[in-house]
Amino acid sequence: MDLTAPQTKPASLHRDRTDHPAHARGWRAYAAPSRAYALAGKLARLFQLSALLFGVLGLYVGLVLAPTDHQQGEAYRIIFIHVPAAWLSMVIYVVMAGWAIIGWVLNTRLSSMMARALAPTGALYTALALWTGALWGRPTWGAWWVWDARLTSELILLFLYIGFMALQAATDDPRRGDKAGAMLALVGVINVPIIYFSVTWWNTLHQGASISFKAAPTMATPMLLGLLLCTLGLWSHAAATALTRLRRIVLEREAGAQWLQQLPEVRT
Amino acid sequence: MITILIALVKRDLKLAARRPVEVLTTLFFFAMVGALFPLAVGADKELLRRMAPAILWVGALLSAMLSMNRLFVADFMDGTLEQLLLSPCPPSLLIAAKVLSHWLVAGLPLVLLAPIISIQFGLAPEALPRITLSLVLGTWAFSLLGAIGAALTLGLRGGGLLIAALVLPLYLPALIFGAAAANAANAFDATPHLQLLASLVAACLALSPWATSAALKLSLD
Repeated sequence: MDLTAPQTKPASLHRDRTDHPAHARGWRAYAAPSRAYALAGKLARLFQLSALLFGVLGLYVGLVLAPTDHQQGEAYRIIFIHVPAAWLSMVIYVVMAGWAIIGWVLNTRLSSMMARALAPTGALYTALALWTGALWGRPTWGAWWVWDARLTSELILLFLYIGFMALQAATDDPRRGDKAGAMLALVGVINVPIIYFSVTWWNTLHQGASISFKAAPTMATPMLLGLLLCTLGLWSHAAATALTRLRRIVLEREAGAQWLQQLPEVRT
Repeated sequence: MITILIALVKRDLKLAARRPVEVLTTLFFFAMVGALFPLAVGADKELLRRMAPAILWVGALLSAMLSMNRLFVADFMDGTLEQLLLSPCPPSLLIAAKVLSHWLVAGLPLVLLAPIISIQFGLAPEALPRITLSLVLGTWAFSLLGAIGAALTLGLRGGGLLIAALVLPLYLPALIFGAAAANAANAFDATPHLQLLASLVAACLALSPWATSAALKLSLD
């Protein structure tokens, strides 16, 4: 199923409605790299704006409005980066694996490019969660690092991201790299719960979750608000970086395509 | 179908017997890792005795991983692998046979050497059966999971190092359960860990040949 039709001029650039490929309507039309390139550009700009907005608001609520914690003092305020980063590190892995597997099953190039674009962002957030966790652990636990279940499984998640990126970097043929990456991501997704539980039974110190859908959150309202705003900000940032990277990957992989030669930013 | 399986295992064993250096290198590496720890830690007998199960497990894991990239390479280079996959026999069965012969050549010797190293570290003789059993299951898990990594990295640049990056995270559950069983104070405490390890091996046995054959098809495209 190749919907790409590289000869087709993207409608968004040329304002020509007749240029739509007749066989791909609705959202599926965006499986074509030409369309996705234009859409990703618009979405990336939108997400950049919302990242800035929610990030600034969230940090203001978190660092200024939220009260000091009566046990941990000011040190707890790193939660506003640490928790969203840890959430993102796990969500991005699942989304990345999902795109990689879709790309493998349906043979759509763009899905695999999306998986490739997400991997460095996911690795970044995993590293960020580990780093902020170390900064938080020092004043509260008295140690930069403990061999605890959550820390260890987060570290393993970082290794899984690095393995995914290393495998794709070592493969010269991009399509083979896509499929091998999908295979590895699939094995990883099956393994993540196994790794998680094996590590949990092994050793635990990290506190349990404070927010769940089942019970009322065990934290003050401004803290919760700051956390939610920061989460939105970091999610937007992750989406903006991944989409921007997707555009770079499309430019690299589709370098020979006609629609790409006609882009104003390529011509100059 | 079983005759094909037996023939393939016999062939691989014969090939390994003709080049014994490869088997011996893995064993030598395992024995060397065992000897490195007392040199680095010092001759504290009590400390070494406590660390021994962990040292055995990490040594076995690293040796198994080192031997992993040889699983398909020779057959890939001379075209045998392609012919095997073209045959009417289901590829997952062929891969199971390859993994079985690889375990006989690379895993079993480690298991047989482990009791000797345990005695060097002063472990009680009662602990030996449980450590050996945990390593039998563990080397199976290593061979089965490593086969996926070996198939994915076949013919790539830096295959040996890349395989480490891919399979080490996957080896962790086996290491945790296996080392816990080896560390347990008595056979009763070791049982649940051994059961978890065995269920892991069973899951790998069902899924790994299938995943490996999919990965091999990618590599041979």
